[in-house]
Amino acid sequence: MTDATTRYARADFQSDQEVRWCPGCGDYTILATLQNLLADLDIDREKHVFVSGIGCASRLPYYMNTYGVHSIHGRAPALATGIAVANPELTTWVITGDGDALSIGGNHLIHMLRRNINVNIVLFNNQIYGLTKGQYSPTSEVGKRTRTSPAGSIDRPFNPVSLALGAEASFVARAIDMDRNHTRMVLEAAVAHRGSAFIEVYQNCNVFNDKAFAALTGRPGRDENRITLEPGQPILFGPDHERGVIVGATGARVVDVAEVGIDAISVHDPANPDPSMAFALSRLSHGPYGPTPIGIFRDVMRDTYEERLHRQIDEAKAKRGPGTLADLVKAHGTWTIE
Amino acid sequence: MADKTLTIPPPEQRDRVVIRFAGDSGDGMQLAGSRFTAASAAFGNDLVTFPNYPAEIRAPAGTLPGVSSFQVHIADWDILTAGDRPDVLVAMNPAALKANIEELRPGGLVLVNRDSFDERNLAKAGYESNPLEDGSLRGVHLLTAPMEELTKIAVKDTGVTGRAVLRSKNFFALGLISWMFNRPTEPVLDWIEAKFGDDPVGKANAEAFRAGFNFGITTEEFHHTYEIHPAKLTPGVYSNVTGNRALAWGLIAGAEAVERPLLLGSYPITPATSILEELARLKHFGISTVQAEDEIAAVGIALGASFAGHIGVTTTSGPGLALKSETISLAVMTELPLVIVDVQRAGPSTGLPTKVEQGDLGMALYGRHGEAPLPVIAAASPGDAFNAAIEAVRVAVKYMTPVILLSDGYIANSSEPWKVPDFDAIVETPAQFATEPNGPDGRFLPYLRDPDTLARPWAIPGTPGLEHRIGGLEKQDLTGNVSYDPENHQHMTALREAKIAQVADEITPITVAGNPDSELLVVSWGSTFGAVRAGRNNAEKLGFPAAHVHLRWLHPMPRDLGPILQRYNKILVPELNRGQLARLLRSDYLVATISLNKTQGIPFKAIEISDKIVELLKDPS
Repeated sequence: MTDATTRYARADFQSDQEVRWCPGCGDYTILATLQNLLADLDIDREKHVFVSGIGCASRLPYYMNTYGVHSIHGRAPALATGIAVANPELTTWVITGDGDALSIGGNHLIHMLRRNINVNIVLFNNQIYGLTKGQYSPTSEVGKRTRTSPAGSIDRPFNPVSLALGAEASFVARAIDMDRNHTRMVLEAAVAHRGSAFIEVYQNCNVFNDKAFAALTGRPGRDENRITLEPGQPILFGPDHERGVIVGATGARVVDVAEVGIDAISVHDPANPDPSMAFALSRLSHGPYGPTPIGIFRDVMRDTYEERLHRQIDEAKAKRGPGTLADLVKAHGTWTIE
Repeated sequence: MADKTLTIPPPEQRDRVVIRFAGDSGDGMQLAGSRFTAASAAFGNDLVTFPNYPAEIRAPAGTLPGVSSFQVHIADWDILTAGDRPDVLVAMNPAALKANIEELRPGGLVLVNRDSFDERNLAKAGYESNPLEDGSLRGVHLLTAPMEELTKIAVKDTGVTGRAVLRSKNFFALGLISWMFNRPTEPVLDWIEAKFGDDPVGKANAEAFRAGFNFGITTEEFHHTYEIHPAKLTPGVYSNVTGNRALAWGLIAGAEAVERPLLLGSYPITPATSILEELARLKHFGISTVQAEDEIAAVGIALGASFAGHIGVTTTSGPGLALKSETISLAVMTELPLVIVDVQRAGPSTGLPTKVEQGDLGMALYGRHGEAPLPVIAAASPGDAFNAAIEAVRVAVKYMTPVILLSDGYIANSSEPWKVPDFDAIVETPAQFATEPNGPDGRFLPYLRDPDTLARPWAIPGTPGLEHRIGGLEKQDLTGNVSYDPENHQHMTALREAKIAQVADEITPITVAGNPDSELLVVSWGSTFGAVRAGRNNAEKLGFPAAHVHLRWLHPMPRDLGPILQRYNKILVPELNRGQLARLLRSDYLVATISLNKTQGIPFKAIEISDKIVELLKDPS
């Protein structure tokens, strides 16, 4: 997808609007990664449409010099569905957050994934409500003390990757804002994927939920806990790849390679039509606190909704000829009064 | 069909008749009624229908809540309503008789399925004694037929067995009524053949229908028959359409007129669902229908499609309109074309889902957050829904605005002969997309307006050089950039209001119907048109001629409405709500109005209107 004869520079994807996230916000990194990626893709700038809902992340379309709609809370997947169905030639993106996608917009998200609309959904997960200044979100950990949970949150959080897999998404991945190269690789694979591509990005909110992902981004946690999934490779992690993951009938578990031998370690296969293994991997951690897989959990091919719809339309036209109102009324039954 | 023998007297001539088919909701009364209607339409009568059925798919059999009815008014002249009271009642069981007998015109004719009047069914309907025998039906012309017994005999060689046998009894009743009213039999038999082909059920229905017809011929009791001549309607080609079907076709015609593909995002809801069903089967027109996961997604999908250059439409009823409210406000802010169809039903909440009400006018006009004006148009009849839909699409595109199109449960399911327009003559007003930057320095200004319509340009994704962002945050004039500037917000609020006010340019001047010099003006909107017009006409026959204005656009109002209202001493506003239009007229025009309100889930009767007109014109004050 990356083209040596790039027509664009990052600046071509930067709008003239001043970026207004808090200094130090993880969103800046994701924005830059996206702009750099788009500049290198062989896709015309005018073919990109960024659709968002409400929240800090959802301001991103204003900063992209592409087509964009900053819509309303939770509804970006609905608008993106309309755009993608109306014009499948476009590269449609949904930019969303944990509140936008998983609370108010949860219904639209799962149905978009189920239908396999050709949209790239980038969920900025910071485990907090930022724009409303620090209330717990549907990914906040149990016990989290916030302005609306002074005695600690009693909500069990969603695991977004598990949720997307449960909704039978055809592409599911996780990335970390600070790891630009890895995030770029995942986003590029998402663009290449035909169908709904769901990417959870762990995004640090340095104002309301700083270091929420420290177990994966700080030292020594980043070397010890980050399980980078690579297709066709045994699932190994740790400073010296001394630990691994075995996915068995009872789920996934972390093992010492020295104890079980390298051949016992499960080989990652995102193209496996059965999502069970990907789901088991997503259950290794219920949040970014211990060994946590990042990368592409699942990447399988199936028809998109809009392909099926347009196929039905084409078949109907071929079979019945282009419809005319005159024929329609005639078939319904008419009579003539002289 | 057998020739009538000489012993059968010639039919009695009638200029009109109202027939109500009533039975259990599983008895197929809607089907019997609609087939009788189709035969009458083919025969050339004018007609209006009124289906009335419970919200439950199958309420407990034999009970009053389970009664479903279909009323049809046929005439040899141009009629406006489905008739105030039936002249003929077909009752398939005691509950159907009990639920409808009070409505029958005095001295009217009742045809009952005698076999269903057993102890069990009488008890279910709450009869303590058999009304066929206890004299309580004195004063009506009672005819009975053993419909179940005769249906069983008729279908015995068709291969249909068991409980399925009695399902054909509606066709027996239809056959008998067809005989009594001298209907042609071919339309029914042709329909059965086309619908069922070689299916034994089709054969059973045809045999039951013939048996019913022949029972009329051979039974002296039924030798008094009636004839209603074809109506002298304007020459042309006609089709019998329900409002929802006409509305669906109007959306197609509207999309063709603006030369944009139609995308419908919708979630099934009574009584709007059949619009989605109709468009879903018309894929060869290039229509995309998306059955969304909920009402909010449905309108969001439609709005997204509009951003991408389609004409986005969503169809719903009151509860759904409430859910769509936030997205409609987004459409107001982003100034994208969108058509929202509200087929109103009785509310609040789930209310009476299958019954008519005009209760959503206020919500259509005001039911959004912030100052969010948009055009509102209402269909007046099933056939008119076609034209109203075209207008809604046209205005949405021309003014870059969401438009609410109001219909209701009465229009949705009723039908009338619709004079098929010349589709080639529908004026084409192709949508224009922006293709070039329109600002200084080669910039694109998404909120630079057309000086005449105040519409902003429609620049669709995929157009090079016009990349831009829109959204729910307030827009800076011209650039469309996010703006929190106080003066700009006031300016933009006024601009959005002025743009919608401009839509009044689309409204043809009002024609005052009836007696323009009367001291009384009747103002109506939506589906009450037929009853109000017929009621006005009836009052005139009694010597009390009022003036009548029927409003098609509810926002903006016609520019000449104010001066017209000022000319009348009395203004009567009949509505199937608690006075929502009346309040608007009082507040916007500072005129006194008299309301006639009905919230029973059923349409006005013409006599309710004429009685009120007579009362107001008799009163000297």
